[in-house]
Amino acid sequence: MNLVPDFKGFDFFPHGTRLPFMRFKGLCFGLSIVFMVASLLLVFTKGLNFGVDFKGGSLIEVQSKSGPVDLARIRSALGDLGLGDMQIQTFGQPSDVLIRVEQQPGGEAAQQEALRKVIGALGEGFTQRRVEVVGPVVSGELRMTGTIAVLVSILAIIVYVWFRFEWQFALGTVVALTHDVLVTVGVFSLFSLEFDLSIVAALLTILGYSVNDTVVVSDRIRENLRKYKKMDLTELLDLSINETLSRTILTGATTIVVLLALYFFGGEVIRNFTFAMLFGVLIGTYSSIFIAAPLLGYLGVKRDWSGAETKPRPAASRA
Amino acid sequence: MLHFERWKIIAIVLAAIAGVVFAMPNIFAKETVAGWPAFLPKKQVSLGLDLRGGAHLLLQMDSAELRKDWLETIRDDARKQLRDAKIGFTGLGVAGNGVQVKLLKPEEGDKALAELKKLIQPIGNAILGTSGNDIEVTKVDDTTLLLQPTEQGIQQRTSNASGAAIETVRRRIDAMGTTEPNIVRQGLDRILVQVPGLSDTAQLKKILGDTAKLTFHDVHPQTSGEEARQTRVPFGYKIYPSAERDGFEYLLKETPVVHGDDLVDAQPAFDQRTNEPIISFRFNQSGARKFGAFTKDNVGRPFAIVLDDKVLSAPVIREPILGGSGQISGRFTVETANNLAIQLRSGALPTKLTIVEERTVGPSLGADSIEAGSLAGIIGTTATLILTVVAYGTFGVFAAISLILNGVLVVAIMTMIGATLTLPGIAGLVLTVGMAVDANVLIYERIREELRNGKTAIAAIDTGFSRAMVTIADSQLTTLVAAMIMFWLGSGPIRGFAVTLTIGIFTSVFTAVTVTRLLVALWLKSRAGRGRAIEVPI
Repeated sequence: MNLVPDFKGFDFFPHGTRLPFMRFKGLCFGLSIVFMVASLLLVFTKGLNFGVDFKGGSLIEVQSKSGPVDLARIRSALGDLGLGDMQIQTFGQPSDVLIRVEQQPGGEAAQQEALRKVIGALGEGFTQRRVEVVGPVVSGELRMTGTIAVLVSILAIIVYVWFRFEWQFALGTVVALTHDVLVTVGVFSLFSLEFDLSIVAALLTILGYSVNDTVVVSDRIRENLRKYKKMDLTELLDLSINETLSRTILTGATTIVVLLALYFFGGEVIRNFTFAMLFGVLIGTYSSIFIAAPLLGYLGVKRDWSGAETKPRPAASRA
Repeated sequence: MLHFERWKIIAIVLAAIAGVVFAMPNIFAKETVAGWPAFLPKKQVSLGLDLRGGAHLLLQMDSAELRKDWLETIRDDARKQLRDAKIGFTGLGVAGNGVQVKLLKPEEGDKALAELKKLIQPIGNAILGTSGNDIEVTKVDDTTLLLQPTEQGIQQRTSNASGAAIETVRRRIDAMGTTEPNIVRQGLDRILVQVPGLSDTAQLKKILGDTAKLTFHDVHPQTSGEEARQTRVPFGYKIYPSAERDGFEYLLKETPVVHGDDLVDAQPAFDQRTNEPIISFRFNQSGARKFGAFTKDNVGRPFAIVLDDKVLSAPVIREPILGGSGQISGRFTVETANNLAIQLRSGALPTKLTIVEERTVGPSLGADSIEAGSLAGIIGTTATLILTVVAYGTFGVFAAISLILNGVLVVAIMTMIGATLTLPGIAGLVLTVGMAVDANVLIYERIREELRNGKTAIAAIDTGFSRAMVTIADSQLTTLVAAMIMFWLGSGPIRGFAVTLTIGIFTSVFTAVTVTRLLVALWLKSRAGRGRAIEVPI
């Protein structure tokens, strides 16, 4: 019986490709080093546009009850308050205004006082959509935990990859991950995009995605190392990348499609978060193909897997 | 790999049905769900403050104030202890991190040490038994003794104080008439207050902003505050500023006659003569007795009503107040009288609470976020499903079914365990769907590869599933590591993201590996035994 009529999928990706990825490794390493150095320079000279989570201060989103707002009038009304540097911009739609007030000197209570003044000065014509006030104590703590979270994640992943593969794979992975995080942070610095706690969450997700990609390629490399004992390493790495290429591209495509939907329709509040993720997925895919795998070519890897082959891996035996 | 026993098939189908049943209430309005028959689950996933709107305040207690209060208590206890034992001392006071006692006679040193050691309380610890004492008493030299709180003592004090503060905060918020506040301790000295549906936090902050320690004091019969400042403050008295008149000061007895703790009720009211807002209050029995005795003895003299160390008013006692009720005037507005009545009814806070973090989302933004999140979710999921079907044909349909089931299961589990859905959580959910495809892609690409290498349909499918399994486990575990760390790092919304991601990892392994495999196995069974080779539609 035929419950469902069979129909074949559209196998749009050419198979049996032999794209010489390894030939570009010099160029890619060069480019990546330039990007990483540039990111570091940007972060240390231009710095990051920290959000209230990390910098402290207030963020107030209000909506005008009477349609589009006159930014100049708001600026002049708030400018007289003497609260230092203030950013005032429309947010998402012309009737929404986002006001950022820098951290006030004088501790926790001063931030609340600033918030009261701003809301008082805006008057009755607005409804409050969102208020975020982070005092100096909490912003310091969040900076600390944010940094620790990224470092601990990278460390945990290295340990995992080291445990599951060889140290060369772990080293390749850590270089790729550091690269992804650094360059993403660099882009945030370059375009002065707001960097807050949600971006750290995005970085962690990028780490997860990138390591996922790297693991898939590494798995295939290990499998081929057992299969082709005499093949030249460069050739073998190329083969492994080519064999997993259709998967890399298809998974990348679905993830990017989903992220694009979130970017364009998911609302203004998470736009930076999805941007970080979009960029991260691209850079993560790039790094597993052009950094993690070629690094193995430089580092060399154990070729004799005969001992390991007789012992079935626990996960494989269960499957 | 492709053989399923009957009970396994039943278990998988039951899990899927349970998922659908538990997830279902979420797509209907709350009112509709309420009318359902009793056997259907009605629980809906709880929305984070960023989606339903509400206020999030992180409050911090003042550790320095707590320590100072405690040292003063130790000082008063030490004074009483030494007096009761008739040990003479020339000096007694708070010095640095301790209380220092100067004795009159060196030969009484040991006796005094023994007496003061009676003040030491052991600290109980439920897990480890008794783990130490709250204070230490040491003899510095023949006539000097030192009482110092221990680190554990301070911790226990702080922990007790935060427990008391949470109770008071809860009573105050309840008195405001807001529903379902979530009030929890965070760390040693912080309190997290979440009030769903509250978008204007001004009143909340006012109500939580004061300690509201109310005391009634005897006023010094002759000397005014001003005179005392110029000459000297008599023993046992203290200068208090006026809350009404700037710069005006009163000289009051430091130990109060009655405390706010003795109040049983406080309500905003209006003065019948002046029509000004006032607060009328009632004492409990012991408060009424103390206040009655005091007013009886002091007719014609003033007494002071002090709130947070400032004198609200100092009326003259016209007649003994024996009924245990009275009223406070002090230039209130209707709003401040109302707030103060709430504060007095709810009791005083152990210390002042400072707002160290505030995040408030108005209901309109919350509704917009739900709408935007759902729209993006529907578009993203639909696009993913189309891509999957286009790429893998009939097998793609199987994958699409398990993807939908994956989404349903994540929602069902979140509903059941009471996890909170936030806006980043919706992003996590959509992303889980996008990334769950990866498992299917890995399996199907592998099957294609094996078919190209000339394997038969059954062999290719079998190898595809078993080989891809290792890779799937590896990649999901590493994502799990990142999600766990995010959970540890995050506050509200980000935790929501970590939670959906974590649940999604488990469900996606189940749906992509088990459910897809079952569908493929059933398909194989229906195609087998027709005497010709099976062609895999992939």
